[in-house]
Amino acid sequence: MDRLSLEAPTGEITVFVGPSGCGKTTSLRMINRMIDATEGRILLDGEPVQNIDPPTLRRGIGYVIQQAGLFPHRKILDNVATVPYLLGWDRGKARDRAMELLERVGLDPALAGRYPFQLSGGQQQRVGVARALAADPPVLLMDEPFSAVDPVVRTSLQDELLRLQAELNKTIVFVTHDIDEAIKLGDRVAVLRVGGKLAQLADPKTLLSEPADDFVREFLGRDRGIRRLQFVSTEGLRLRTDLPAPEGAGTYLHGKDSLRTALDAALLSPTGSAVAVDERGEVVGVATREALDEALAEAAHG
Amino acid sequence: MNWLIDFFGDPARWSGPDGIPARLLEHLEFSALALVLAMLIAVPLGLLIGHTGRGGVLVVVTANLARALPTLGLLVLFVLLLGTASIWPVIIPLVLLAVPPILVNTFEGIRGVDPDLRDAAYGMGLRGGQVLGRVLVPVALPLILLGLRLSAIQVVATTTVAAYTGLGGLGRFVIDGFATKDYASVVGGSVLIVLFALVVQIAFTFAQRVTVSPGVSQRLKIR
Repeated sequence: MDRLSLEAPTGEITVFVGPSGCGKTTSLRMINRMIDATEGRILLDGEPVQNIDPPTLRRGIGYVIQQAGLFPHRKILDNVATVPYLLGWDRGKARDRAMELLERVGLDPALAGRYPFQLSGGQQQRVGVARALAADPPVLLMDEPFSAVDPVVRTSLQDELLRLQAELNKTIVFVTHDIDEAIKLGDRVAVLRVGGKLAQLADPKTLLSEPADDFVREFLGRDRGIRRLQFVSTEGLRLRTDLPAPEGAGTYLHGKDSLRTALDAALLSPTGSAVAVDERGEVVGVATREALDEALAEAAHG
Repeated sequence: MNWLIDFFGDPARWSGPDGIPARLLEHLEFSALALVLAMLIAVPLGLLIGHTGRGGVLVVVTANLARALPTLGLLVLFVLLLGTASIWPVIIPLVLLAVPPILVNTFEGIRGVDPDLRDAAYGMGLRGGQVLGRVLVPVALPLILLGLRLSAIQVVATTTVAAYTGLGGLGRFVIDGFATKDYASVVGGSVLIVLFALVVQIAFTFAQRVTVSPGVSQRLKIR
C-alpha cells in the first residue's frame, strides 16, 4: 500500500476495485487487523484500530469472505450465532437472533438445523452474510463475497445486499475485481492500481463519465458509455400518447428504470420504440426512437 | 479346532495368575498405559506445531525415523538396561512406537484445515486458543482419531512381544506355548490377540461416530 488515504462514510457502501495485486484485499484486512499496517493510521469512528485488541475489534466488525468460510462441524444456526456466543450472549437469545437473520437474508428457516455441506454455494454465502450481521455490527467488511458463485446467483445476492442495506444502513467496505459489481453496489468506488495507489475515488456515475486517467478508463472497459446510461433517469423521456402500443414491444418502468433499460427495451422491439409502463403495468406511453435519441444526446452532453 | 476347544474349554485356563482373565487384564493394562502416555506426549505437541506451524518439518522427520526403530531391539535394550523388576522396559518401547502415528496425524490434521476456515475464525474474533479448540480440532478430529487408532492397534499387537521379557500379557500363551510344545495355548493365545485387536478397532470406530460432527464426516445425506 502506498499513501492510500480515504474515508468510508457511515451508512454507505464503499467499494475497493482493481486488478489482482492492487492491494484491495490487503487494505480491507488492515481495517480489522487481519494484517497490521506497518505505517499510517486507520481510524474507526475516530479511534485508531491499532489501539484495539484484534479479537475485540473483529467482534465488532462483520466479516464476509469469498468461500463463506462456514464452520463445517456446526449447524447453520450455530454458525450464524458465532459472534453472539463469543460476546457471551445467552444461548437462547443468540439463537433467536440467528433465526431472525436467516429469514432476513432470504433463507428458509428449515435450513437452520443443517450442516454447511448440505447447502449450495449461494446459500452458504447468504449464511456468511447472516453470520457477519449477527451481532449487529455498524461496519461490515466484504472480501469478494460473491465471486465464487455462478452469475445468476451472484446477481440475486447483489440485489439482496442492496435490499438489506436499504434497511440496515451499515457502513460497508466491499472488495471486488469486478467493475460491474463495483458500479452496481457502490455508493462510492475506489479504483486501485497495482502497488496500492488510489487511482480514483468517485461515485459510480462520475467514474463512468469522468475517468481520472487512462488506467481507470481502460479498467472500466469499452462499454462504459452504455453502462453510464444506467444512472440516467427516464423521467425526462418524452412520451407519445397518441400512438398505440406496438405488439410485442419491450417495456420499461417509466421514471424508475434507467435509460439503459429503456434503450434495451427499444432495441428488442420490432418497431424500435419502447413501451413505458407504470408500477401497475399500465401503459403510460410510447418512447419512440426520436425521443430516445434526444435523451441520448442530452445524456452525452450532460 | 480341537486345540481351541482344549484351550478355551479347560476351566484351569480361566483362573489364577496365568489364566486368561489375568493375562487379558495385563495386556489391557500395558497397552492402555502405553497409549495414554503416548497421547499425552503426541497430541499436545501435534496440536502446538500444527497450530503455530513452527517445527513441523523437524517433528515429521524425527517421527518417521522413530517409526523405523525395531521395537523388539528396543525392548531387549531396555530390559538389559533396566532389568525386569518393573514394567517400564516394556512400556517405554511401546510408547516410542505409539508416538509417531499420533503426532504426525495430529500435526497434519491441524495443518491441513482449509486456510479460509482459519481466516474466517480469526476474522469472527476468535482468539488463538479458541480457533484451535473450537474450529481446528473438531475439523481435524477424524485424522487425529486415525492416528490414535493406528497407534492403538500397533501397541496391542506389539504388547505380545512383551512376553519375551517374562512379563505378562496375552503373548505369554504364545511364547510359553511354543516353549512347552503346548500348541493349544499357542493357537488360543493367537486368537485372543486377534480378538483383542478387533475390539480395539471397533471401539475406535464407535468413538469416531460419537465424537466427529456429522458436518465433518458428511455422514448425513444431502437433502
